[in-house]
Amino acid sequence: MGCIRIIPRIDIKGPNLVKGVHLEGLRVLGKPEEFARYYYENGADELIYMDVVASLYDRNSLHDIISRTAKEIFIPLTVGGGIRSTTDIKSVLRAGADKVSINTAAVKNPQLIKDAVKMFGSSTIIVSIEAIKQADGTYLAFMDNGREHTGLEVVKWAKKIEELGVGEIMITSVDNEGTGCGYDIELIKMITDEVSLSVVANGGPGQLKDIKEVVLKGNVNAVSIASMLHYNYLNLNKSIIESESEGNKEFLKSGNSFSKIQSATILEIKNYMTEYNINCRI
Amino acid sequence: MRNKIKKIAIIDYGMGNLFSVQHACQHNGLTAFLSSEKEQILNSDAIILPGVGAFGDAMTNLIKLDLIGPITDFIQMNKPLMGICLGMQLLFTESEEFGIHKGLNVLPGYIQKFQQPKLQEKKIKIPQIGWNKIIRPKNREWQNTPFSEIQDEEYMYFIHSLYAVPENNNSILSLTDYDGISYCSSILEKNIFAVQFHPEKSAKDGIQIIKNFAQTYNLS
Repeated sequence: MGCIRIIPRIDIKGPNLVKGVHLEGLRVLGKPEEFARYYYENGADELIYMDVVASLYDRNSLHDIISRTAKEIFIPLTVGGGIRSTTDIKSVLRAGADKVSINTAAVKNPQLIKDAVKMFGSSTIIVSIEAIKQADGTYLAFMDNGREHTGLEVVKWAKKIEELGVGEIMITSVDNEGTGCGYDIELIKMITDEVSLSVVANGGPGQLKDIKEVVLKGNVNAVSIASMLHYNYLNLNKSIIESESEGNKEFLKSGNSFSKIQSATILEIKNYMTEYNINCRI
Repeated sequence: MRNKIKKIAIIDYGMGNLFSVQHACQHNGLTAFLSSEKEQILNSDAIILPGVGAFGDAMTNLIKLDLIGPITDFIQMNKPLMGICLGMQLLFTESEEFGIHKGLNVLPGYIQKFQQPKLQEKKIKIPQIGWNKIIRPKNREWQNTPFSEIQDEEYMYFIHSLYAVPENNNSILSLTDYDGISYCSSILEKNIFAVQFHPEKSAKDGIQIIKNFAQTYNLS
């Protein structure tokens, strides 16, 4: 098995990095580019920027953040959130992104994905599945940041995505996202058992062992991590909190600890994985 | 006496993350610009041939834009060329991606898909997406090449489904292993340097390779 990629995920609202729980309830944590630079200099294998508001307005702010990042950070950057057309894809790539992650638009119009793969190459297009576990134990895919039903059962949908020719799938457990409970291994394994695409696990790690588990049991190729890394960065940089001028600052200043979420550096994560014979780029 | 500033043309044939390559050059203090103009290309001091996407589409675009002549003429002039990813593959004779397609045939050899190994139970994931090691072949030195300050078995970022099989083994500058398949991940043949990975996405070591390319050929 190749190197497992550790991918910090930076959720963006306007000019700020935010962090949510279950993909909502956003809190401002700081400036995306600063986090991106720190992670780049400290072993990140790729970066993900997710525009969590993804409205039709104020895409300029996101494009500016992408451009600034692309000028100085020389690892692959994936951008997702609100990408609806090949025009959107083109403008995000021109701004400096290397890959795009698409969810809602893929469900509404799979032909878009086919066209995008043809125009931009399979390795440029990632389809993201946001899954919520139902009362009967099945997992259904959701759109619009976990808010809207698609009615699609995740494994069937994953197989369809594979037929569209994309390079990778990202699987998010909406139930676990932001909670620190761990990735949803059952969800991930049911998909990786059936598709042979590269898979990125997203949503939920709180401890080092959660990351190890999803790699060993879930058979993924990459892990997307937000809270564990961001809280570590914030602990190192308490002065950032003082300089902010927007958003929900009381939360930051209160110094609330997230008892379930262990803060960690990328190097700590990679060293831990290496102890379990998981190949990492160190 | 002021030295002329050396110019690097990045061939723009509509495919590939050209701006990333340009940023990486600029980060190293190099003057690099995008071009699909014959005269501009022939007059530059070096060219970079990037590429992301399908071989057949790339050749179609190069033909449509009338770029094959300028690229091959440039190489004949003994000026340096750096190929990246699909740009490396295009230099060879032909590729089997989505049918048989002719390449620029500047280097003899062909482009082949990663095959699923017959004996293994688990399928290998294609395309290869991610970091992998470049390995110095035993008969090759990296001093005085664009890999001069790079450690053997350094990680670079790969994203590809096919790889080059050069006819001339001596042109192989590095090998890489993907799930048991050992393949050529870079070549160096006189004024032609080409890499299967993306140096502009391979963090500090990747940026260093671009810097070394410039230094090896006196472009900085």
